[in-house]
Amino acid sequence: MKEQQPVKNIELGELLKGVEKYGKDGYRLAIVTCLKTQEGYELTYSFDKDYKLQSLRTTIKEGTEVPSISGIYWNAFIYENEIHDLFGISIKGINIDYKGNLYKTSIKYPFTAGSLKEVEPCQSKQ
Amino acid sequence: MPKQTVIPFGPQHPVLPEPIHLDLVMEDETVVDVLPSIGYVHRGLERLVERREFPDYVYIAERICGICSFIHGVAYAQGVEAVMDIQVPERAAYLRTIWSEYSRLHSHLLWLGLFADSIGFESLFMTSWKIRERILDVLEETTGGRVIQGSCKVGGVRRDISAETLDRMAKDLEAMKKEFKDIKEVFLKDDAVKHRLKGVGKLSKKDAYELGAVGPTARGSGVAIDLRKTGYAAYGNLQFDPCVETAGDCYSRCAVRLNELFTSVDLVKQAVKKIPEGPIETKVVGNPSGEYFSRVEQPRGELIHYVKGNGTKYLARSRVRTPTFTNIPPLVKMLTGCQLADVPVIVLTIDPCIGCCER
Repeated sequence: MKEQQPVKNIELGELLKGVEKYGKDGYRLAIVTCLKTQEGYELTYSFDKDYKLQSLRTTIKEGTEVPSISGIYWNAFIYENEIHDLFGISIKGINIDYKGNLYKTSIKYPFTAGSLKEVEPCQSKQ
Repeated sequence: MPKQTVIPFGPQHPVLPEPIHLDLVMEDETVVDVLPSIGYVHRGLERLVERREFPDYVYIAERICGICSFIHGVAYAQGVEAVMDIQVPERAAYLRTIWSEYSRLHSHLLWLGLFADSIGFESLFMTSWKIRERILDVLEETTGGRVIQGSCKVGGVRRDISAETLDRMAKDLEAMKKEFKDIKEVFLKDDAVKHRLKGVGKLSKKDAYELGAVGPTARGSGVAIDLRKTGYAAYGNLQFDPCVETAGDCYSRCAVRLNELFTSVDLVKQAVKKIPEGPIETKVVGNPSGEYFSRVEQPRGELIHYVKGNGTKYLARSRVRTPTFTNIPPLVKMLTGCQLADVPVIVLTIDPCIGCCER
């Protein structure tokens, strides 16, 4: 059974306003996802109410500072610290800021492109 | 202002099988603030999706957790199937449901044992794990694996279960209900247990919802979120009500898990009655292109596998949001104001799976 999962693309400047609306409408924060793209990063904030998942998506360039949504959803700190530690995205105003110490990884920002040694997939079936 | 002391709790602690660290800010014996830390064993499994072909990544997904491994496989496979518009055969959907419920039984009994151990009730710990052994035996018999089952795949399942075995499984579970009742009686009626759990680690319904609690942590506070109600796999054809308690304390979270043992037995029995004959897998053709948030109910709560395909045999992104990860902020709320001696018990009531967090 496939759920309908609408995703709304917004500008970064509209993020807090958009998230605030979900907060006021009684949605819970379900997941924040980050994806490395060629131009920068894609951040997707997903909210759930009555088993219906809706998302806001914003695309940012490398080096852009993102405002924290932890003032609206207190629990967002765990997602935002994770995104900072894995992707190196700077997030401003997190209510509990681990300053890069949530994950103790041997490689700094391990999920950014090029931070891992590029090798051929070991299970290539060509 | 009273003098404050910071007490480090973990990452190595007798009640913690996996490393999580809490900085407990204390005023005398009372916890006034908590700073949780994870990340000691982060494995970067999500990035392995770039190195494993999408049908093979299900093996990685299963290895995210050693307790609910099968359900991780289901969530990942469902995500890819949704992106590729693959309709899984009905028999496969029922088999996924049956193994998922066995995983839940195994996980809850494991937790009940660990929980009994944390409050010093050794015989209850051993009794819970003795029952769990029989659940693991069935998982091993039907899938080949006690912990990592490896029976779920994109497009269906790898193994079938014969009609005779399914009947026997249903009968065995019915017989096991008496043992579930026995341990439930002790967990919920023993004075010593009640004294350790009632009114401890309270989380209000409002806080549980707003802080993103899921699974028994949410349901113990009266929030009736259970992703099985969305009808994934064969759950849409089965009747059940989420187990909900309202007190929001350690006792409630324990009661939810105990009651869910009986729900799982009923779900398996219904599935055994309704499972149709037919194929157990569909041929998967092509590569995934698109995205999907696959959501299932793990023993610890809502699990999300986000998958994004780019038309190649390697996915562009796999993102896993596990229930323990989202139950950490509610844990901070539960611990604030509690007594130091209650911290281990409260931490255990979210059933923390750090392996899941550190994917």
